[in-house]
Amino acid sequence: MPAPVISATELTKKYKDFAAVDGISFEIASGESFGFLGPNGAGKSTTMRMIGAVSTRTAGDLSVIGLDPNQYGPEIRSQLGVVPQEDNLDTELKVRDNLIVYGRYFGLPHSYLGPKADELLEFAQLTEKAKARVDDLSGGMKRRLTIARALINNPRIMMLDEPTTGLDPQARHILWDRLFRLKERGTTLVLTTHYMDEAEQLCDRLVVIDKGTIMAEGSPASLIKQYSTREVVELRFGSDRNAAAATKLESLAERIEVLPDRILVYSDNGDAALQKAHELGLNPLTSLVRRSSLEDVFLRLTGRSLIE
Amino acid sequence: MTTTTDAPPVPHVNRPFLLPSLYAGNARSVMERGVLATAKTNWLIVVSGFFEPVFYLLAMGIGLGSYIGAIQVPGGHSIPYAAYIAPALLAVAAMNGAVFDSTWNVFFKMNFGKLYDGMLATSLGPFDVALGEIMLALARGFVYACGFMIVMQVLGLNLAWTAILALPAVVLIAFAFASFGMGITSYMKTFQQMDWINFIMLPMFLLSATFYPLSVYPDWMQWAIQAMPLWHGVELVRSLTTGLVTSALLWHVLYFAVMVLVGMTLTTRRLKSLFLD
Ligand SMILES: Nc1ncnc2c1ncn2[C@@H]1O[C@H](COP(=O)(O)OP(=O)(O)OP(=O)(O)O)[C@@H](O)[C@H]1O
Ligand SMILES: [Mg+2]
Repeated sequence: MPAPVISATELTKKYKDFAAVDGISFEIASGESFGFLGPNGAGKSTTMRMIGAVSTRTAGDLSVIGLDPNQYGPEIRSQLGVVPQEDNLDTELKVRDNLIVYGRYFGLPHSYLGPKADELLEFAQLTEKAKARVDDLSGGMKRRLTIARALINNPRIMMLDEPTTGLDPQARHILWDRLFRLKERGTTLVLTTHYMDEAEQLCDRLVVIDKGTIMAEGSPASLIKQYSTREVVELRFGSDRNAAAATKLESLAERIEVLPDRILVYSDNGDAALQKAHELGLNPLTSLVRRSSLEDVFLRLTGRSLIE
Repeated sequence: MTTTTDAPPVPHVNRPFLLPSLYAGNARSVMERGVLATAKTNWLIVVSGFFEPVFYLLAMGIGLGSYIGAIQVPGGHSIPYAAYIAPALLAVAAMNGAVFDSTWNVFFKMNFGKLYDGMLATSLGPFDVALGEIMLALARGFVYACGFMIVMQVLGLNLAWTAILALPAVVLIAFAFASFGMGITSYMKTFQQMDWINFIMLPMFLLSATFYPLSVYPDWMQWAIQAMPLWHGVELVRSLTTGLVTSALLWHVLYFAVMVLVGMTLTTRRLKSLFLD
């Protein structure tokens, strides 16, 4: 593995007595795309802000591009492209001016910023909107503009806090495609998400965090392998019959999870498990055999589903 | 496509000797942003800010002044009433412009916009942001002052060559009010608190030897007014435009220098704790 561009040891952030981030350790390699996966309030944004040198850690060690954020905030931030959870575009400026002015904050010259802004507008598919007011953009367009803005300084590391939350499926796929291209160019991506499919699409490696601590770490595939089975059968019996069915199902799978609306049966061979369920005389209202996902990993680790 | 030949510039941060993690030596970009945003949205406020003191001068200096005639100033001189209040109005204009830019304007950005969040995610530090916003207020104050000085010159109210020094003096006054104002504003959370600013500004404007000499007040009130910044501004500018220069000028300058120092420290600290907590 190449030398890490970010490394954290026992990183902690406390607000009064409450530990939002509670002693997490991880390393992110150059060119890697690394994810923080966790539910609301897990401490994802807090971690991102500490890495981004806009929040001071309470304890532990943190190094970003070899520097300590406590001492070298401006130097570190100059190498980062930050996409915050909530858009903070400059609503008093036009779309293209948002890119130029942001580049000026990095001390970059106008001669470079003009062509670069046009290139990024193209990249974000916003060329026609160059002269529009920010408030007139749709949510997806604002998000793309925020990403374009984060690229104005050719960052070594992109920090993306829930880049696609609130976007429709099409807009998400456009964004994923753009992020994929950045990754191909060797930019390190650090992102948070509570979408499983996003983590599986974009992350080489991820940590699952909950209540400020790391629950598991690995590639999406290895986590699924370690904490789940190859396939899952989802059965719905109707809420009043779920419990009765569950006791019968226990015998035929490695593990089952009873959720309010359905039962998940974990088995390496889903079709066979479904077949056996029918043989036991269980007739679910609906049944679905699917591949295991990170959602199942999260459920296994915490006993809760990720999106409540 | 050959992208290897022309490597894009990489942002370079000069690590300044002072405040290394809070300052990146790039306050200018914050100021540029302000000019661009003002040009697009607030230019009417900017223009009206210039005419306000001019109207006061015409109404009170020329109008009222024709009844009052000359006014006695320390040292036994007497000068026309308009020449007496014009420098005071200049100091007031510098104060008002600086205070508007550094209080209301900053208050909105802090509490309702996410502008500073965005700025501080770049290589800028809180000191760059504070200094940039304040320099914007200064630039505006300077433009007003130049315009007003021209009006004074045309009306024959600049009585000495030292009047030209009133321009840097006005910039100093604006700097002091802007940095102090921004420091105070960074602690404010509600509109009610912001109203306190007007509550202090109005009496200061009316009482600080703006329209008549301080000697009309009882002793205790003279002391109170002399503790206020605007009085120092009025005295400083007036002695320069009328040419009645004494060593007391240095005290006024010192007063403002301290105000700048306190204001900048307060603002930078507060921005750091608000946005880089
Ligand atoms: N400035 C703050 N003051 C006090 N508590 C805070 C502050 N910022 C965050 N917290 C708390 O820290 C915890 C973690 O917050 P954080 O924003 O990091 O969560 P998250 O994983 O990003 O969640 P989400 O998915 O909702 O964005 C939460 O319980 C939150 O209430
Ligand atoms: Mg968050």
